[in-house]
This record gives sequence, structure tokens and C-alpha cells, in this order.
Amino acid sequence: MFRAVAIRFGMGKLLEEALVRSPYRFAFAGVAAAVLLATGCSSSSSSGSSGSSVNWANETSVSAGGGMNALVTAAKKEGTLNIIACPPTWANYGSIINTFEKKYGITINDAIPDGTSQQEVDAVKSENGTAKAPDVLDIGMAVALANTSLFAPYEVSTWSDIPAAQKAPNGIWVQDYGGYMAIGYSSKYGTITSLNQLLGPQFKGAVALNGNPTAANAALNGVMMVNLAQGGTADNIANGVNWFSKLKAAGNFNPVSATGATIKAGTTQIVLNWDYLNLPSYVGVTNWKVFVPPGIALGGYYAQAINKDAPHPAAARLWEEFLYSQAATGGQNLWLQGGARPVEQPAMTSNSSIDTAAASKLPTISGTPVFLTQAQSTDAANYLAANWAKAVG
Amino acid sequence: MAVAATTKTGARPSRAGRRLSAPAWVGTVPFFAYVAIFLIWPTGIVIVDAVKNPSGAWAFSNLSEFGNPVLRGYFIGSFKLCLISSVTGAVFGAILAYAVASGDPDGLIRRLYIAVSGVLAQTGGVTLAFAFLVLIGPVGLLFHASWYFDFPWGIGLIYTYFQIPLMVLVFMPAIDGLKVQWREASENLGASSWQYWRHVGGPLLLPAFLGATLLLFANALSAFATIQAWENQIPYIVPQQISTALSSEVGLNNVNEADLLALGMIIMVAIVMTGYALLLRRAARWLR
Repeated sequence: MFRAVAIRFGMGKLLEEALVRSPYRFAFAGVAAAVLLATGCSSSSSSGSSGSSVNWANETSVSAGGGMNALVTAAKKEGTLNIIACPPTWANYGSIINTFEKKYGITINDAIPDGTSQQEVDAVKSENGTAKAPDVLDIGMAVALANTSLFAPYEVSTWSDIPAAQKAPNGIWVQDYGGYMAIGYSSKYGTITSLNQLLGPQFKGAVALNGNPTAANAALNGVMMVNLAQGGTADNIANGVNWFSKLKAAGNFNPVSATGATIKAGTTQIVLNWDYLNLPSYVGVTNWKVFVPPGIALGGYYAQAINKDAPHPAAARLWEEFLYSQAATGGQNLWLQGGARPVEQPAMTSNSSIDTAAASKLPTISGTPVFLTQAQSTDAANYLAANWAKAVG
Repeated sequence: MAVAATTKTGARPSRAGRRLSAPAWVGTVPFFAYVAIFLIWPTGIVIVDAVKNPSGAWAFSNLSEFGNPVLRGYFIGSFKLCLISSVTGAVFGAILAYAVASGDPDGLIRRLYIAVSGVLAQTGGVTLAFAFLVLIGPVGLLFHASWYFDFPWGIGLIYTYFQIPLMVLVFMPAIDGLKVQWREASENLGASSWQYWRHVGGPLLLPAFLGATLLLFANALSAFATIQAWENQIPYIVPQQISTALSSEVGLNNVNEADLLALGMIIMVAIVMTGYALLLRRAARWLR
């Protein structure tokens, strides 16, 4: 990077001496080695795949690459896995990471744990080709669909247990876990039974979203949930925006950035957020309750994707196998223990591999689940871009 | 020249009559290289990318976005916030600076004020928002002042926390520049205190005062972390919208829009700083 900068500024001459002496030489040596390696790989795999010479970067399933044992061996040889933007307190990631590291002896580097989906994709682009580049991503659907050219197709062993609507046909992205929009609130308010109660005078400065709805997906869905409860449809978010306008006029809107810390401190007392981020165990306070407007089930799922230029292609695929595993200590049940709804939950409920104790702790959702389509999400975002600041400013 | 060269102190070696020596010129290279890499280059990128579309082609039609009422709203928000916080900060800061300056020039009070102002003028961002949150937030230690969330007055008053000390720092030299002799002369001629301020002190300080106000204005323009921590769910000002344009995860991310907004801010700062330079030149005549 610095070299490019220096050369662009015409300082190349000054630095030439120093550069020729070391980094360039290594860079050239590196390129030469990579070329040799690549040609070596392709020639050996074309002459018939014999276990160790499989290039996992090109494999689209574990069976195509020679089975689970081959994958585990190759991943252990890589020894490292780069993940990004997985907060240890989010959806039980702390325990998922530990379990994987212990089980396979592979070290996991979690870059910018509090990063956003867009930052994950930016990292894939900016660190492309380096050993630091993220191997796998856990991203929001809008960002996933906008960047499919960066991902490698892969179908996990449990592929058939993932509902067709929740995966790309070729496995370039696969939804992993998610939840439904819910209103978390401090139990000092008693029991909330309707959305319009929140417009009352006892809720002064109390009601928050999880971020700015033109930037954060959870906030956009918070406005959409209100919209559905106020008689709006998924195609038009205007009713939701109007409701927040009334909330602001009543002095009940709390614009402070809402986090687990602000909930613990008491600054955030009511927040519209995904149900798995609204559990007492997640926010860390015991006097925390959840209300979901009856009949409103607005769902949102994150998705997994593998970086097509992953520096650790086998470890990346082993991680995916682990995340979608239905074992008692597999990714699906571990997510569930973190309050998130794993994508294979319906199948696991029928084949009884689900952790029933964890499943029973989830808030009850009634009504037909609504998932915003890409077009609906874009329309809502565009409407918010034009009207949100005006409505609540 | 010859005299200077032969004085004992040697503080001013002879320079006149000789060409600038090479080592002296080389000494400026780090500065200009620094400015080029960290100021001129990024500014150039912002300006160029502001008139391109996401695929990299020229799109001068981007500039018409400045007429978009939504985008203009963020600039108006920024302008209001900067105006309120800079005028409030300037008035109170000037009064405070005058009070301190009229005391003992080597006294403890003055040294204390200068030192504390130097620290507080740099206090902003999340730390500042947190401090206010703890005191007057929804569960504030003192009380809950919900109107502090009203834009622009609430956040504007929070900004004065660092604007007033900055005003003290930049305005104090101007007050120190008022010569005692001017006041004595006007009193000898029979002027009242009001007449002195109306015809002598006021006109002398006005350019410095207005200049300092513009500096505060520019200072508030770029402040981002404070308002982002204080009220991040509602975008009011340009830096907040730049953040959205860079990192929106609901499909509204557009780097070129961020560049365009940044270009708008560069223009705003350029206007303000030009005004500042002109006023400073006028003020400097009297404060040598």
C-alpha cells in the first residue's frame, strides 16, 4: 500500500534503493512461489484427486472434496481461520468460537468484533490476497446480495434441511440464524400489551431503536414492525414512520445510541430490536421483558458466505460444516442457546435434534412470518432516506 | 546586516544577500510531504470522486444533488448547529477571556484558566456525550433534561462545553493586545467607559472577535462523535449522513454521495476560513 502511494507521488526514485533491497525481492519470490504452487496444484488435481492435493477453494461440498476426514485434515494443516465482526456476546459466538477451536485445534482470529456487514465486505476487498483477509462472513442479506461476486458457492452436508427460500440455489450465500422483531422493555413499566401504549406520558424519553434506520438493518426492521402493527404493508413503510413522528412529538423517543451497556445503565429502557438481542441473558439485566405485537412476526436472518479468495479455504468450509451441524454442540444448537433461531430449526424440531430447553426460552411469535424481499427492503430504505430525518427531526 | 552578523548573541546569522541554502530548503520537506499526503491528496480524491458514479465514470450531474431538499436539510442542520454553538461560545468565551485578562497577568487564576481551557477545548466526542448522559440523561444523576435532545439547541449547548474554552484561548491574545495607553488617552480626553468601548476598544476587538467566532464555527462543523453518541438514530448534520453513506447496511451506502457531502463541507470551511483570514489581517494591524 505504502509503496503504491510513494510511487504515485513520484517518490519512487528516492525509495528505490531501499525497496529493491528487500520487500520487492520477497514479493517477487512470493509471486513466483505462488505460481509454482498453483500450477502444481492444478496439474495434480487434473491427474486425479488423491486426498491431500485437493484444492478446497474450488470444492462446492464436502463429499466432492473427498469427505469429512479429508476436510478436517486439510483444515488442521491450515491451522488458522479468519472470521470477522462476530461479537462474543452476540448469538452465543463466544461459545461457538471456543467449541470449534477446542474440537479441531484451529485458531480463530475474530477481526473487528463490533463491525458492520459493510465493513466485512470492505475488509474482503481491501485485504484481498493477504493472510489477514476474512475467510468467512456473517452478513446482512442486503449486503450479501449486493456482493455475491466475492463469494464461493458451497453446500453444507445439511443442505436439504435448509428451507429453499433461505439459501441461494448454488449456495453462494446461506442464511444461518435470525429472529423476529420484538420490543424489549424494563419491567418497571409493568406489562405492555399494545404498541400505542408507548405514546403515553409515562414513557417520556424511553423508546429507542437499535440505530439509524437509514443505516442499520435492525432499526429499519424496527420501523417496519411498527408499520405492520399500524396496518401498513411490507411494501409501504409510511405508517411506521408516521408513528415514530407521533412518538417524537410526544417526547417519548430516546435517540441515544442503544447498546447492552446503555440498557444496563438504565439509559435505554425500551428498545425495538431482534428478539435474540432482547433477551434478559443478552442485555444482562434481569428485569427485562419482551413484547411482540400479536400477529406481527417480522423475521430477519443473517447469512453465511465464504470468501472466494479465502486464505484458509479448507478451514472456512470446515467452519461452515460446524455452524450448520445439528449435533448437540454444533453451531445450530449453540446459536439457539444464544437466543437466535437457527435456520435448520424446523427440520431439527421434526428430527428431534433440537435443544428443547433452549427453544422453549424464545419469545412466542404468532401470525405468519413476514420476511422482507430485496425489493421491499430497498423501497423501505429509500422511503426512509427521504422522510426519516424530516419525520423525527 | 554586517552588524547583526557580528553581534555576540549570534541569534540571527546573516542571511540577506545569499541564496537560500540547501539544508534550509530540505528542512521544509517533511512538512510539505505531510501536508501533501494527509491533506492535499485526500482532498483531491474527495473532489474527483464527488463527480463520479459508483462504477467510476464521470457524473457531473451529482452536483445537482446539492439542490435535493433532503441533502440540503443536512447542510442547514450543520449550519444551524455551528451557528448556535459558535455564537454562544464566542460571547461567553469573550466575556470570560476579558475577565481573566483584566486580572494579574502572572496570577494563579489566569494560569489556571489557560491550562484548564487548553484541556477542555480538546474534550469532545463520546467522552463528552457520556458525561452529559450521566448527568442529565434519561436516568441522570442531576435530573433528566429531555430538551437537551432537541436539535439544534440541546446539542448546541453541549458543544459550548468545548467552544467556550477554545474562545478563551484564541481571544485572550487580542484582549492582551489592547494597550493601557489607549484607555488612558481616551480618559484624558474625557471619554466615559462606554465611549471608550464604543469608539476604541470595541472596534479594535471586533475583527478578532468575529474571526474567532468563525474559527469556532469551523471547529463545530467537523465534530461528529459527540452527536453520534448523543443521538445516533436521527441524522441531523452532514457528518452523520456521510457516515450513513459509507456504512449503510440497508443498501443506501454510496461512497460518491459521501464524497459529494464532504465536498460541500470543504466549500463551507473554505468560505468560513477565507472570512477568518480577512478579518485576522484587519485585526493584526492593531495588535502588533
